[in-house]
Amino acid sequence: MMDRIKQAFGPEVPGLLGFLLLVVVVFGVTAPNFLTGANLGSIAFQLPELGILTLAMLIPIISGGFNLAIIYTANMAGLTLAFVLMQFGGVDAGVGPFLLGTVLALLVGALSGAAMGAVIAYIGAHPILVSLAMMIFLRGLGEFLTKGGDISGFPQYLAVLGHGSFLGIPVPLILFGLCALAWHILLTRTRHGFAARMIGSNLRATTYSGVHTKRTLVLIYTLSGVMCAIAGILMLSRFNSVRVGHGEALLLVTVLACFLGGVDPFGGFGRVVPVVIALVVLQVLSSGLNLLGANQHLSTAVWGLFLVGVMILRWGAGRWKERKRGRV
Amino acid sequence: MSDVTDLPPAIRFSKVSKVFGGVKALQDVAFEVGQGEVHCLAGENGCGKSTLIKIITGVYQPEPGTEMELFGERLSAITPNVARQMGIAVIWQDLALFPEMTVAENIAFETMLGNRPRFVDYGALRARAEAALARLEVSLDLDARLGTLPIAQRQVVAIARALVSDARLIFMDEPTASLTQAETDALLAVVRTLSARGVAVVFVSHRLAEVLEIASRVTVVRDGRLVGVYPTAGMTQGRLTELMTGKTFDHQVMARDTSADPVVMEVAGLTRRGEFRDVSFQLRRGEVLGLTGLIGAGRTELAHVLFGMAAPEAGRIVLGGREVRFASNRDAVAAGVAYVSEDRLALGLIQPQSISDNAVLSVLRRITGASGLMSPKRQEDLVAHWVRELAVKIGKPGDAVSTLSGGNQQRVVLAKWLATEPKVLILDCPTVGVDVGARAGIFRIVRELAAKGLAILLISDEVSEVHVNADRVLHMAGGRIVGEYDPRATTLEALEAAVYA
Repeated sequence: MMDRIKQAFGPEVPGLLGFLLLVVVVFGVTAPNFLTGANLGSIAFQLPELGILTLAMLIPIISGGFNLAIIYTANMAGLTLAFVLMQFGGVDAGVGPFLLGTVLALLVGALSGAAMGAVIAYIGAHPILVSLAMMIFLRGLGEFLTKGGDISGFPQYLAVLGHGSFLGIPVPLILFGLCALAWHILLTRTRHGFAARMIGSNLRATTYSGVHTKRTLVLIYTLSGVMCAIAGILMLSRFNSVRVGHGEALLLVTVLACFLGGVDPFGGFGRVVPVVIALVVLQVLSSGLNLLGANQHLSTAVWGLFLVGVMILRWGAGRWKERKRGRV
Repeated sequence: MSDVTDLPPAIRFSKVSKVFGGVKALQDVAFEVGQGEVHCLAGENGCGKSTLIKIITGVYQPEPGTEMELFGERLSAITPNVARQMGIAVIWQDLALFPEMTVAENIAFETMLGNRPRFVDYGALRARAEAALARLEVSLDLDARLGTLPIAQRQVVAIARALVSDARLIFMDEPTASLTQAETDALLAVVRTLSARGVAVVFVSHRLAEVLEIASRVTVVRDGRLVGVYPTAGMTQGRLTELMTGKTFDHQVMARDTSADPVVMEVAGLTRRGEFRDVSFQLRRGEVLGLTGLIGAGRTELAHVLFGMAAPEAGRIVLGGREVRFASNRDAVAAGVAYVSEDRLALGLIQPQSISDNAVLSVLRRITGASGLMSPKRQEDLVAHWVRELAVKIGKPGDAVSTLSGGNQQRVVLAKWLATEPKVLILDCPTVGVDVGARAGIFRIVRELAAKGLAILLISDEVSEVHVNADRVLHMAGGRIVGEYDPRATTLEALEAAVYA
């Protein structure tokens, strides 16, 4: 049974589930309001935003790269939707303009990703540099377009997307679940996902094997951009406003979540399911600490400690396994 | 070579045993090297050679009962520090040098590591580096960045570094694996100089020709046990191979006359500036065409063009009667050309990834169903088929391919390419880093594939390999085909003389 779980979802899963259980039990005992519907609901509403951004970070890292531009790509897509809604009357805009704006927002995200992917694939520039350039470009462009302020005042029906529930499940959580499922299938069952892992371990050997690695790289960053756009639309509907710097602090938290989820920082290895569990652990930690009256900043500090702790435990587990096998 | 001396031996170890988690890596092995002797430690990968070196250098502690003596001094335990102070040095195959630092810094940096922080005395550093190189009778630019030097010169730097720390016995792990003949000769000259100065050198190698040329004695280890210690005088390569593997190999020439079979690939006037020019040959169905020559002759560059990784500037490639122009290696694969790279570690396989994923990487489309999704079942079946077909020894298909031996890794590479159902298979030095015993297995597969009609271009810098296994042999030098030989009408010696001339 355990072996089957490990094979299907990754060897990290049982350990992470253990962590989750531990965290839930500790807070369940110490924080009186922790195991209430209201608290679990608030976790379920907060998780998807960070979760979708983490998915956008995940596949570039698996391919041996990085996408520093995720936050600004998301907000640029949000701005695109906001502009369209404003053109059609702001609060009074109908569903038609919303759909149009959504399509355009997804396009903006895709374009941002495709541009980065093309430079990385065809010029061979380092993904950190390329996405850094894109991040700074988008931030400047966004601030220029919004003059550094917010855009707000969107139609009422957007609240359904940001705050509604369907069959008792928060709509953002459903959206995140669908995105995570799509990513899981992409990585485990499609040729491009397969190639992304191989590229992450050894780009040249993958090319030598007859794989169109350049096309895969462009696609990976394009899809990352699309995922950013989805996050941007979600953020718009949750805050009922868009600002180019929204969620800046989340950028490195997405990287943290990837590494907690066992993604190899050097590329080649990583799965969706453990990353999702890692996200839940992070969110539960932060909400539990919040209920105990801890400062918001303190919970960020705990996240960092948590990653260090997990790395030490994994190192220990690796040593233990090696000892058991005997060095030959 | 001063093998007859009154000095105590540099190394005298006996009853060496080592157990790892219940596995006996070494059992009752004896090893003795005289001062100033050039000795060879021979054996296949996994026979216990590395374990023995690590015991002598104090990395591993042997089982109780092992008797250890260095330069006449009996020792109850050896730590890495003790080994270094006694003058034992190891030059591993990867050399462990700093590519970004200069030659002088690489040679002498250890002398600059003090107990407390201080400034580097570059004058003294250069002087010591220069002295070490002078002892080797070699001159190198002390200020050259190491990374810009060819491997052969880096090896000299590694040897000089060992001398700076007063080494009296140097282990060299596979020192000639990536050297050309001329470079190998230069290295052997350096080893002779060392020996004349009383420094013992132990070659750890499975390239046998030069071992017999330079060593005075050879210790053979197989499966963790000592097979014996033999003088190299009168020892032949064939006999040494038998001792290492415990099997006999026939060196019978396999060549057949294939001149009546249909031509699969025809190359005419193929040229790429600075790499090769005016290369023409025909490759027939079921034929193994050998292509040999020294490193730098343009063999791999030619293979890259045939595989679509680079475009020719002139000439044409005709495949199955149609002229082809490859825009990328994907076109070549689609047209039925497969290429097994000489660099298995960096290009042939994706080392950290699984055996299964490596094996199907070239045929992802084939394991994709109508839905556009890859089928794990098809992947599993395909991998199982080729593991069986090529008798690859694996644990689980999900294990990293890096856990396999060289020979089994090469079988995975073959599986990957045979799965594409090629018409032409280019093998570029397919036995680099493969044990002598496993090489025979690889070539058995090659002959079987040829018998099934596959056209094979076998590139190798080991002349004996193409002489035994090819139907025809092309000799390439300076970017041109300079000769064609029929192995049935040419002796190995004559062919070697032509290639190494």
